[in-house]
Amino acid sequence: MSLLDYFKSSKKPATAVTAKERLQIIVAHQRGERDAPDYFPQMKQEIIEVIKKYVHIDPEQVSVQLDKNDNKLSVLELNVTLPEKS
Amino acid sequence: MTQIIVVTSGKGGVGKTTSSAAIATGLALKGHKTVVVDFDIGLRNLDLIMGCERRVVYDFVNVINGEANLNQALIKDKRCPNLFVLPASQTRDKDALTKEGVGKVLDDLAKDFEFIICDSPAGIETGAMMALYFADVAIVTTNPEVSSVRDSDRILGMLQSKSKRAEEGLEPVKEYLLLTRYSPARVTTGEMLSVEDVEEILAIPLIGVIPESQAVLKASNSGVPVIMDQESDAGKAYSDSVDRLLGEELPLRFVTEQKKGFLKRIFGS
Repeated sequence: MSLLDYFKSSKKPATAVTAKERLQIIVAHQRGERDAPDYFPQMKQEIIEVIKKYVHIDPEQVSVQLDKNDNKLSVLELNVTLPEKS
Repeated sequence: MTQIIVVTSGKGGVGKTTSSAAIATGLALKGHKTVVVDFDIGLRNLDLIMGCERRVVYDFVNVINGEANLNQALIKDKRCPNLFVLPASQTRDKDALTKEGVGKVLDDLAKDFEFIICDSPAGIETGAMMALYFADVAIVTTNPEVSSVRDSDRILGMLQSKSKRAEEGLEPVKEYLLLTRYSPARVTTGEMLSVEDVEEILAIPLIGVIPESQAVLKASNSGVPVIMDQESDAGKAYSDSVDRLLGEELPLRFVTEQKKGFLKRIFGS
């Protein structure tokens, strides 16, 4: 911190904000997979492969999620965004 | 009732050993009989930070294998009568640690000590898993930086699924956040995640914030736990953390920027 810095504009992009946003996303994702069984990533991959056999989709458009409820009930949620007909 | 406290983080170099040494020393200075155990088999360093590296004869793995008894391996701290160090082995690898072996040693230590501090190695392999498996309390050491925060979250997941308490369905491990290498000035300029940011993301109670401090390097250079330097900001911040661990409620210190004087601004720091 010298004289020069003192007069320089302090308008720097606040990278901490970016860091926080990125962390919130990745941590939420990480937590989603935390309780999932070991076979889950592979099963997810295979489900995507099966859909791809019939419909042309981008793997990013498929979300497979496992939600656990309190009373020993798990829900496997599959969400596929199909492309518009061309 | 003995408390087993693991100092863990996932990521390396965030200050686990510095914190283990400081917290163990702080508890001992408060009159609690404390032992600090190095779980970093093959890369032992706690002995250096505690300043007892030339007094290591037997180690943790020797005790597990029955080649030495606990009293032969424990190193009594010269400054503080209630404090002992159990060094890691430098020649074996992490697979020398087994649940049965570690459990037996911790059981024996629990007969004598009020607090057992487990200094975890980095990573999520055997050494780190063994260090956290038996814990009652976890101090998750985190730097205000993306990779450290993410790894801390991973470790929280492990504590909730892979610890003894989780496996046996007991009351979960108490998790605390210890934020280290914190620079209030950089938080002000928006370059560093703030205490509140990290608390919000990890969502566990805060036990302390240790400012980035020159005192930490000085302390490790001389083999004196930084908490013994009570002139320093880091030393005071660790003392506060120990008091909080013992149940006191204290306001945070050293989390706001120290304003520089006019002359310092012109001539630099």
